[in-house]
Amino acid sequence: MLSLKELLHFLSLSEPNIRYVVFGTIMVGIASAVIGNFTFLRKRALVGDAIAHAVLPGICLAFMLQGSRTLWVLLPGAFVSGWLALLSIDWINRNSRLKPDAAIGLVLSVFFGAGVLLLTYIQQTGDGSQSGLKHFLFGQAAAILPGDLWVFGLTGLLLCGLVALFFKEFTLLSFDPDFAQAAGLPVRRLELLLSTLTVLAVVTGIQTVGVVLMAALLITPAAAARFWTDRLGAMVLLGAAFAALASVLGSFVSYQQPNMPTGPWIIVVLSGIAFLSMVFAPRRGGLARLWDKLRHTWKIREENVLKAIYHSGESLGDFTAGMHEEAVQGRRAFNPWQLRLSLWTLQRRGLLQHNASGYRLSGEGLREGARLARIHRLWELYLTEYLRLAPDHVHDDAEAMEHLITPELEAQLEAALGYPQRDPHDRDIPR
Amino acid sequence: MNTAFLDAFWIILTGSLVAVTGGLLGCYLLLRRLSLIGDAISHAVLPGIAVAFLITGSLSSVPALLGAAVVGLLCTWAIETVQHRAGLQGDAAMGIVFTFLFAVGVILVSSLAGNADLDQECVLYGELAFVIFDQTVLGMPVSTAILLANLLLVAAVLTVGYRGFFLTTFDPAFARAMGFSTVAWHYVLMSLVSLTTVVSFESVGAILVVAFLVGPAAIAHLLTDRLKIMLLLSALIGVSASVGGYFLAAALNANIAGAMTVVLGAEFVGVMVVQSWRKRWRAIPPVASPT
Repeated sequence: MLSLKELLHFLSLSEPNIRYVVFGTIMVGIASAVIGNFTFLRKRALVGDAIAHAVLPGICLAFMLQGSRTLWVLLPGAFVSGWLALLSIDWINRNSRLKPDAAIGLVLSVFFGAGVLLLTYIQQTGDGSQSGLKHFLFGQAAAILPGDLWVFGLTGLLLCGLVALFFKEFTLLSFDPDFAQAAGLPVRRLELLLSTLTVLAVVTGIQTVGVVLMAALLITPAAAARFWTDRLGAMVLLGAAFAALASVLGSFVSYQQPNMPTGPWIIVVLSGIAFLSMVFAPRRGGLARLWDKLRHTWKIREENVLKAIYHSGESLGDFTAGMHEEAVQGRRAFNPWQLRLSLWTLQRRGLLQHNASGYRLSGEGLREGARLARIHRLWELYLTEYLRLAPDHVHDDAEAMEHLITPELEAQLEAALGYPQRDPHDRDIPR
Repeated sequence: MNTAFLDAFWIILTGSLVAVTGGLLGCYLLLRRLSLIGDAISHAVLPGIAVAFLITGSLSSVPALLGAAVVGLLCTWAIETVQHRAGLQGDAAMGIVFTFLFAVGVILVSSLAGNADLDQECVLYGELAFVIFDQTVLGMPVSTAILLANLLLVAAVLTVGYRGFFLTTFDPAFARAMGFSTVAWHYVLMSLVSLTTVVSFESVGAILVVAFLVGPAAIAHLLTDRLKIMLLLSALIGVSASVGGYFLAAALNANIAGAMTVVLGAEFVGVMVVQSWRKRWRAIPPVASPT
């Protein structure tokens, strides 16, 4: 079904039709992704969705007034009704007790319903040229014409240009509008500009993916990119790259299977990229976070095992005596399998030695065990001295802190407490 | 009785059934700030509906309906997973999940175009007028019967579980302390919403359902503070929109569900305007009495 030859033929862009579709969807995808970063960061994802649904009545009215379905005629209509929707949401939020989500849902559905009413009204009047209108509902990337490319290209350039020009202002507006206000930026006007650009992106994008999926073209690239970077500049570029990739792949699928719609495939590919990012991205991805959590749990368990052996040696006054698993369990209850695993890893790290008499601390293990006991006891002392907690209330807290305190903090603690010898329970603080 | 009158009756009744069910559930969605979850679910059931059509050829069998509704539940679960496991903000999690499912649904629908009685437009706005061409069960069209059964089910669950829904909606912490599982009640509500979106699909389409889940409840919320009155009002508003929508659509010879939505919008604007007038009226300070 999928042959390399076909893919290469497709990528060579030798057929004009493929060229139109690929370039058109890429331009629209990139423009939406760029502006979508700000929609995403300002937590306006679903406002984008509402705008997308709300352009339908504008498109229908523009068609009824002008009787033509070229983009130059329909876009202004779409733009106006998208803007009206935005204003309505704002108006409802300010003048009623409805929560923003209800306002968005209401505006979205009422505008869309009005659009459907007009669309079906136009259809029954039997005007032959109306057939293309419903392409706006689901998008019809395959119907992109050379003339449309100009529209896409110009709006795309305008969008990206303005975003580049106002990048610093938009960034500030997205992360900290209050600070932007305090810093003397014209926040209202910038918000207006950003909203206008969003409407513009939605209006041009709708023809390729349709009203429902337009929200995804705005949000999904930004959300996917967010998992890979903490820098907005990188996020914008990465989101644009994801959108471009999805556009090419989506176009390819519908080129291969002519009855397959391009727009939905672009969104499926884009969502796929987002889901993969959620799982596999380094640091922020699900697997990376799970791995971090597991490593942390392992570390804590290992330290607890080491500490149990250290305590036993301390109470015997002899750190060279061997200890069997049961004896460790006697000190502190562990899951047997997890204990065995921790003993094994500690041994591999050279902190424990194993012989016939059981496990005993190596030189390095002794130092590490002493370090843990020291931090624990320092913290207990700190809590009793500085927070005036009773000595019998400080153990649990120290139990958690001993895994977290860094050498720098440890030095500060010791200095603050005057290099103490004994803890609140009158035990030695090992050096 | 003449048939034109009877046709109008069935269409208005069917529309009202959708509107009343949506209004009742919508009140809880609105108060729990889940209105947009209703939106997401209504889009996301599309793949379920498409697969049900693919297998059974229609949506009139109970297993097909339930199967499609499961996808709606899957959608809520997926949104929560993406939000909490992947740590993505709520609105974006919702946006990504439902657009993805909707895209899959559109792909399925277009791949089975021609095989089944399901096309892209009916996904978006359905056709209430077709209800009169249905086969009849118990003297009423099949779609109407299914919607009636769904309304009875929803009303029964909401009545039996009134206390649970009430407490988990207004004071989740207290509800938990009383032994009500907020998660369980949440999923019961989501199941009802999914089921309602699926059964309303053929009459009003997957997207206009949102209008009935949000609109009547939003208007009722402007008018009252009491849950029982809000439920009653939203049902009445739903019925009035369905009557008004029918006549608007008949006048324009256009889509009935779309017209109902427009009537809902007009009702909302009307209530908002009247309320702002009243507020302004009250804001005028009383004339100082001469001393």
